Formats: sequence, structure tokens, C-alpha cells
Amino acid sequence: MNYYNEMFDGDAVREPYARLREWVETMPDDFRQMKQAEAEALFRRIGITFAVYGEGGDPDRLIPFDMMPRVFEQAEWRRLERGIKQRARALNAFLRDVYGRGEIVRAGRIPARLVYRNEAYEKAVVGIVPPRGVYSHIIGIDIVRTAKDEFHVLEDNCRTPSGVSYMLENREIMMRMFPQLFRTNRIEPVDQYPELLRRTLESLAPAKCSERPTCVILTPGHYNSAYYEHSFLANLMGVELVEGQDLFVDGEFCYMRTTTGPKRVDVIYRRIDDPFLDPLCFRPDSMLGVPGLMDVYRSGGVSICSAPGAGVADDKAIYTFVPEMVRFYLGEEPILNNVQTWTLWKDDDYRYVMENLGDLVVKEVHGSGGYGMLVGPKSTAAEIETFRAKIQANPSNYIAQPTLALSTCPTFVDEGIAPRHVDLRPFCLCGDRIELVPGGLTRVALREGSLVVNSSQGGGVKDTWVLSE
Amino acid sequence: MKLRISHETIYRYDHPIRNLVQSLRLTPSIFEGQRTHEWQIHVSGGVRGPGFRDGAGDWIEGWTVRGPVNEVRVRIEGRIDTRDTAGVLRGHRELINPLTYLRTSKVTAPDASLRALAAEVGASAQDQLDLAHRLSRAVSGAIAFRPGVTEAHTTAAEALALGKGVCQDHAHTLIALARLSEMPARYVSGYLHSTIDGEAHDAAHAWAEIFIEGLGWVGFDPANSCCPDERYVRLGSGIDASEAAPIRGVALGNSAEELAVAVHVEELAQ
Amino acid sequence: MLSRTASNLFWMGRNLERAETAARLLDVGQRITLLPNTELGYQNEWNSLLQASGTSDLFRQKYGEITQEKIEEFIFFDHDNPSSAASCLEQAREAGRIVRTALTSQVWDALNVAYQELRKIERQPRAKLDMAGLTDFITSHTSTVRGAINATQLRNDGWHFMNLGYSIERADATARLLDVKYFVLLPRIEFVGSGLDNYQWQVILRALSAHRAYHWAYGGDITAAQVADFLILNGESPRALITSLYEAVWHLEGLARRYGDSVPTEARDKAREVLAALESRNIEMIFDEGLHEFLSRFIREMATISNLVHQDYLMGGV
Repeated sequence: MNYYNEMFDGDAVREPYARLREWVETMPDDFRQMKQAEAEALFRRIGITFAVYGEGGDPDRLIPFDMMPRVFEQAEWRRLERGIKQRARALNAFLRDVYGRGEIVRAGRIPARLVYRNEAYEKAVVGIVPPRGVYSHIIGIDIVRTAKDEFHVLEDNCRTPSGVSYMLENREIMMRMFPQLFRTNRIEPVDQYPELLRRTLESLAPAKCSERPTCVILTPGHYNSAYYEHSFLANLMGVELVEGQDLFVDGEFCYMRTTTGPKRVDVIYRRIDDPFLDPLCFRPDSMLGVPGLMDVYRSGGVSICSAPGAGVADDKAIYTFVPEMVRFYLGEEPILNNVQTWTLWKDDDYRYVMENLGDLVVKEVHGSGGYGMLVGPKSTAAEIETFRAKIQANPSNYIAQPTLALSTCPTFVDEGIAPRHVDLRPFCLCGDRIELVPGGLTRVALREGSLVVNSSQGGGVKDTWVLSE
Repeated sequence: MKLRISHETIYRYDHPIRNLVQSLRLTPSIFEGQRTHEWQIHVSGGVRGPGFRDGAGDWIEGWTVRGPVNEVRVRIEGRIDTRDTAGVLRGHRELINPLTYLRTSKVTAPDASLRALAAEVGASAQDQLDLAHRLSRAVSGAIAFRPGVTEAHTTAAEALALGKGVCQDHAHTLIALARLSEMPARYVSGYLHSTIDGEAHDAAHAWAEIFIEGLGWVGFDPANSCCPDERYVRLGSGIDASEAAPIRGVALGNSAEELAVAVHVEELAQ
Repeated sequence: MLSRTASNLFWMGRNLERAETAARLLDVGQRITLLPNTELGYQNEWNSLLQASGTSDLFRQKYGEITQEKIEEFIFFDHDNPSSAASCLEQAREAGRIVRTALTSQVWDALNVAYQELRKIERQPRAKLDMAGLTDFITSHTSTVRGAINATQLRNDGWHFMNLGYSIERADATARLLDVKYFVLLPRIEFVGSGLDNYQWQVILRALSAHRAYHWAYGGDITAAQVADFLILNGESPRALITSLYEAVWHLEGLARRYGDSVPTEARDKAREVLAALESRNIEMIFDEGLHEFLSRFIREMATISNLVHQDYLMGGV
């Protein structure tokens, strides 16, 4: 397969990387190793670590950081930005619709079954219109590139996408280690993100809040793999990081326990999943949530970001209909393409996929983190057959996509520098405005030839640059 | 019928509790079969919190008790006019798409026996309404009314295997069978004035509703082999008993809880 | 400030202080083994030190008979022992990690580096370790953390809670150490005032790193009355009960001033009362009451203050 190399066009260097070439090619090995060690020490001291679910092992594992940045030029970014914002608007319009009258279903543009029988569709939210009609406030959109002007959306994350702390820290560490690079390249800043996030949350204060809203971040606790990110964001935003036990409901409002007594909370940026939010409404055995929170939310006493039930918009089965949402709600043509997707509950698609398993990527509809998927071309015959049996047992649990020719970006490896596959997750904020900082998290598959960029599967991260004009 | 209802639930704790939060689904539904004249909810030592109508049309009211207390009483007093709508929930405003009620839960999950029963009954049914009636009769026949043999977490499959149970088990079993027949179904909690033979019925009651194309939601009470009529008072619904529970609550404090319930539904003179 | 944040800062302070106590016990223990055996053997010394940290039962259950190696493992490394230096440092770091946003980067760095270094040491074979160096390792790292706290943290409520943790823990540790030595040894009346008795007192001073300070303060022979005076009533002695209590009251006053009238001050009132009672006594009065009785009451009162801190500030409910 032929892969688009983001830096090199044959022997020539593409424009955005022009100033990086010399830096890369003249860097002595020992200097590089020294800097790599320095970066790792910095990460560890700051405390950015990542615990992988269900693996045990070192709870203080680091996500590998690659010093070679990934670069977009201004024009490329503008187009991506328009596409991402468009998609974010459509996804929120969809959520508002399906928790209201469901016009898109009535119009026959999306099968009712996919919406209303979806595990992520939350009955308790029906009829509730949150402040500004926005349900998903932080949307992470995973994008891959296959050619100069070919970008595809791989998936949407409308619940609680993580990784933004890496975007910020990667930049911080690059600026600390290589200040001269930032003098010779004009790079758009990303460090306004926490401020934008705080402003977005404040713009979502509930109807019953009359003063400047108090925002908090709700974390499942310090054993969660993304705890560092929760605490990092709370710090930069200047808001409290709370656990369920810190909050309680009294009368019509939600309060946090402080050293000076109860303090009312208006906006909760929650990083815990729907079923754990409120034992009175969802899982009765949840110890992470706040009893009575949903009643307060549903009566306009507190805002929850993202709204419970927002996940129905980022389901892999719903994903195939996002271009349709853009047309239906916005009357526009989608700027960003989806990846062609076969849905295995359709007979024709099922037949095609079963005949071509070896060439396709198959994913679980509700899976995430790179688990429960088959990458046909990288799998053995035995692995393919094992997976085939799983599909046959429950076809509607799977979708399939062609194996994408993910672009590559030069990456520091043991032998020097070599191309590795990358994707991009920008973070779109939706409140009174829709905003996006110029950049995102670039994930890189560090194993040679690998197309799986997830950090739980041996992926690393890179700083992502958008050059100013 | 003109009914007077009094309903008291008393929670007693062996150690004092604090910060009790309750979510109450204890107000009669609004539809053609019911007109409420007076309805009062009171929680001892409690503060009334948020009240709102949810997507299923139920009135939900939150209460909090700061405590510390050793006892909490939830008391309902009310008067209501009811009339027979042949089980049809006509004029009930709700927003939730019926398909949502095809999703199953732990207590209504199907097993082989439930599947077999659904298939057997389904084979001879003429249309959806007929099928719903047949399923309800099948449940009445398969599960004998017997208090004390099942508990709160007994599943539909277990109740069917046991062949005995209470109204909750009847309702769960019917819901499981209806969903297996691709008909949306849900659990309804409420009150019942008396059983079909006129015997006084002294407890809160529960039954099932099944969604019939063209007709909407229709109630079925397999425990009494009938459809709800003017003797029934509908409070709220959910995917199963736990979701439709009239009272859900959590308190802070490590305490064993003892529960006493008294319900009186009496007919008022015209 | 979130009650849970305050609680973590409070316990971070307590655990850092406790880690230091463990390290000191280890040091004293090592010291003992270098001296000629007493009549009862140094096992008895070790045992009384274990009792001081309230862990002698736990030790017996897990290890049985006391040996040098087992003791070192238990007091320094053992994660089953909640009072071991490693446990305390890890708990302090975990509390710090939870409230990362309430710490300056200097404090977090110092705490995190201490923890990372500890993990490196834990991975080394025990035989290769310089045991004497372990005490220095802990005390130098905890001093760095404490220095970072006092040099860089805002003088806000969080700072008060950390220092409150330190001072309450220190008062408690000193009282327990005094009480154990007294309780275990003095009933054998023939030792009272003997060379052995004085030697026991020296061990206490060493355990509190107060050996030389004592000599500066009192000079001459070590007597029970002077040691007790030094460790209970001498406001110049950094680990004395009265000094720790001064600090606790100072930080509780700081919180009360900061939070104003709407927040209860029962912990402050109680601490003031205990301090006033202490100030009105001299060492003879304490010996007249009975040192053990006095210390038991003091330990209970410190626990009451700690509980009141919890009630006043750390519950945060209505």
C-alpha cells in the first residue's frame, strides 16, 4: 500500500516542514537521546502518567512522547476547522432532535431502531432541553489523512473525550526543550484551551443560576487512568476537582462539601460515565455518583456536561449517518468525509464483509480504545477465523471499514528517524459559541507498520503545530 | 369511582442517618381515566426539592432529609375520580418513543422457557391486541399468586420456573414475553381498590402496559386476569419494577433499614 | 476549599511526620544494637519501640521473633505496616496526588521525587542497602518537602491544614513514645533512677533527635524529670508537646480568622483549653498526677482535637 508521507514528497520536503528538516537531519544521536531522556524526566516529574485499564503493571506508566512535531499549514487547518465545527453543530442538532420530537427519524433518514433501542439513548433525558440546547459540549473528533487533501473522520467522541492534557503538555515540553524551534517557526498557540473551556462551561449555567456560575470537574477518582488529566484541567481552569462524595443534593440544588460548609454548584463537567452519575436514576450500586443529581438536573438546578445520553450521537452505528445529519439539520454538504462503512446487520454488507475479512478493519459497535477490533491485513488466518466466529454470533454488533492508508509522519525511533502512522484528535468546544484551538492530539503508532494508534495499544503522542500565515 | 387514598411508608433505622435523598413517583398520572382532586405528599423532616414531569409523563418530586433522624415517614393523602377506559391509556402526554421500551433489563431478560412460551402463544394470535391478551392470560395461568416466595430481585425467568409469585413477578413476566414478541412493554406502579371478586385489596399494586400499534399503551394485569379499570390508580412507569418504583432513596450513614407500608384505598359515597 | 482536599492535606502532613517517626525509630534501633547488650537483650528495646508506634501486635503476627533484619524490613519497607516509612511516604504522596492542584509544583516535585526514589530503593536487594543511610534518606526528603511547603505554599487554609496535620501528629508521637517507655519500664521499680533507667531516657531523646538539644538546654546528667520537662513543657524543644500544641493552636486560629464567624471553631476552642492547661503546670505537678495518667489523657485530648477538626471543617455538609 502507498502511504501519504506528511513531510516528504519523494526526496523533496513539503512546505510546512521546510524549517524542520535541518533541525532533524543535523541532530546528533547522543543529543537526541539526551533530549528524549529529558522529555521523559519532565513528564514523570510533572506526573503525567497513564494507567491502562485491566492490565495491572506499572500504574505510573508514561505515554511515549515523540519529539518530532506534526505540522499543518494554515490553509489545511482552516478547512479542517470548518469541517469539525460543522460536524459538531450537526451532532448537537441530532441530540436535540432525538431527545425531542425525533424529526430525523420521522423523516425516515435514520432508522428508529438505531436511535431508540441504542444502549446509549437515555430515556431520562427525553424532553429535557439543556441550556442553549447543547448536549455535547466537548467533542473529540478522530481524523485520519490519506492524501494531501483527503481527510476522513474515523469516529466522534461526544461523551468525555480524553487526551487534551497531552495536547497542552506536549506543547509545553517542546517549548521548554526547543525554544529556538518556536522562534524560527510561527506556530499558533494552544494554551488558551483551559480558559476557553471554562468560558464554555460558564456559558452553560442552568436557568436557576443567577450569579456567576460555579463550575467543577467531577472525576471517578484518583484510580482512574485519566485522573491526571482531570486534575490538570481543574488546576488550569481554577475550578474544584470533585468526586461524587464531595457533592450532595439538598432541596432543589446540588452542593459541594467545603471547609466553610456547603457551596452551591451550577455546572458539572463530569468525567464519569452515565450509568454511574446518580444511583437514584441509573445503576443503584454506583458509589461514584451523586444521589438525586438527575432530578436536580432535569428540573434546571444544575448543568451536566456532557448531557447524559449524549453518547447516542457517537455510536459507531449512528456514525454512518452523520453526513446525513449535516444535510438534514444544516442544509449543507459535509466538509469532512466519513470512512466508507459496512454495517453488518444489512445482508449485502454482511456478505461483502465476510468475503473480504482479510482486507478490512472490523470494529465492535460499542467498543473503544482499540479493543475488540480486527485489522484484517495485519492478522493471521487463525485470528481472522476466530473473529469471523464472533461476528457470526452477533452480526449487528459490528461494523467494517476498508483498511485506510493512514498518513505517516517522520518519528524518532531507535535507528534514527522513520515514518510512522498518525491520526489526529482535535477538541471542539460547544457552548454559546463553537470553538476550536488550532491543534489537537496527534497519536502515532510507534510499532513499525502498525495502524493502531491507541495509547493502550502501544501508541505514542506528538506535538501538533498549525503554522500561522 | 371516587376514591380516597392514604399511603404511608415508614423507614426505621437502627443508627441515625443523614442526607437522605428521595426521588418520588407518587402522583397520579394525567389521562382520561383519572382526575385528581386533592393530592398531598409529605416527608417527615424533609425539604421539598425539584418537581417536574419527565419524558414518560410521570410527575417526579425530589425530597431531602438532612437529619440525623432514626425514622422517616412518607405520607400520601389524596382524592381521585377514576373511570374505566378498558385499559387504554388515552390522553396521556408523553414524549418517549415506544421503541425505547423494547430494551430489556436484568429482571426482564429472556431465557429459553420465556422464549418457548412467547413462541407458543404467538403462533395462534391474530393481531397485536389479541396477542397481548393471550400473553397476559398465559402469565395468569403460568404463575399462581403466592406472596412470600419471591423477592424484589426475582427475575421473570425465575418466577416462571417457580410458577408462583406476586404482581411484580406477573408484570415482569408479561413484559419479557411482550418484548420477545417485538411489542414495547413497561412496568406500571399504582394502587388497586379491590380485586375482581370484590375482596378488599390492601396494598400498592403493579401491572404491565404493552404498546399496540394504532391504539397506544394498553394496561394488562395478569395478577388479576384483567385490564385496569376504574378500580386502578396509575402513578408511573419504567422499564422494570426498580425503574418504576414509587420511592427511590439513598441516605448517608451505615444503618440497617426496616420498612413498614400501609395503603388504604376506599370508595367515597357519591 | 473542598473538605476532601483539606482532609488530604491534613493527612499528608500527618503521614509525612509519621514517616519521619518511623525513620527515627529505625535509627535508634540501629544504635541499640551497637551497644553492649542489656540484661534483657535489645529485643526488649525493639519491642518497646514497636509499641511506641502501636505496631508490636502486627509485627508479632507477621514475623514472630524479633531479629535485626525483620525489624528493619518491618519499620522501613513493609507495606502491610501502615506506619512503616514506605507506607507513610506512599500515603502522603497519594494524598498529594489526589490534591495535586492544591500544591505548588515545588511541593509536588519534592514529594514525587521522594516517592520515585523510594521505589528505586525498594527494588534493590536488601543486602546491598546501607541501612543507616535509609534514615537519612527519609529525613532529608521529608525536610525538603517541608521546606518546599513553607517556602512556596500560599499562606492559605490549605497551608494551615497541612501544618495542623504535622503538629497534631508530632504531639501524638512524642506523647506515645514517652508513655511507652514509662509504662514498660518504670514498673520494675528497682530500675528507677538506675543507670539502666537513664539509658532508656537517652534512647527516647535519641528517638526524638533531641539528644544534643537536651544537653544544650540542661547540661549535666540526664534525669527523668528533666527529660520529661524537655519533651513536655519546654517551648524551645521542637518536638515537645507544648511546642506542637502552640503550632496547632496557631494554625487553628489562622483558620478561624480566615473563615469568620459562620464556621464553627470547636477544635480551636478545645486546643486552646488543652494548651492553657499545659501552660499552667510544671513537671512536678505532672509526676504527682502520674506521668502515664497525664500522657493517656493528653493522647485522648489530641484525638478529640483531631475529631473536632474533622467536624468543624472536613464534613462540609449541612
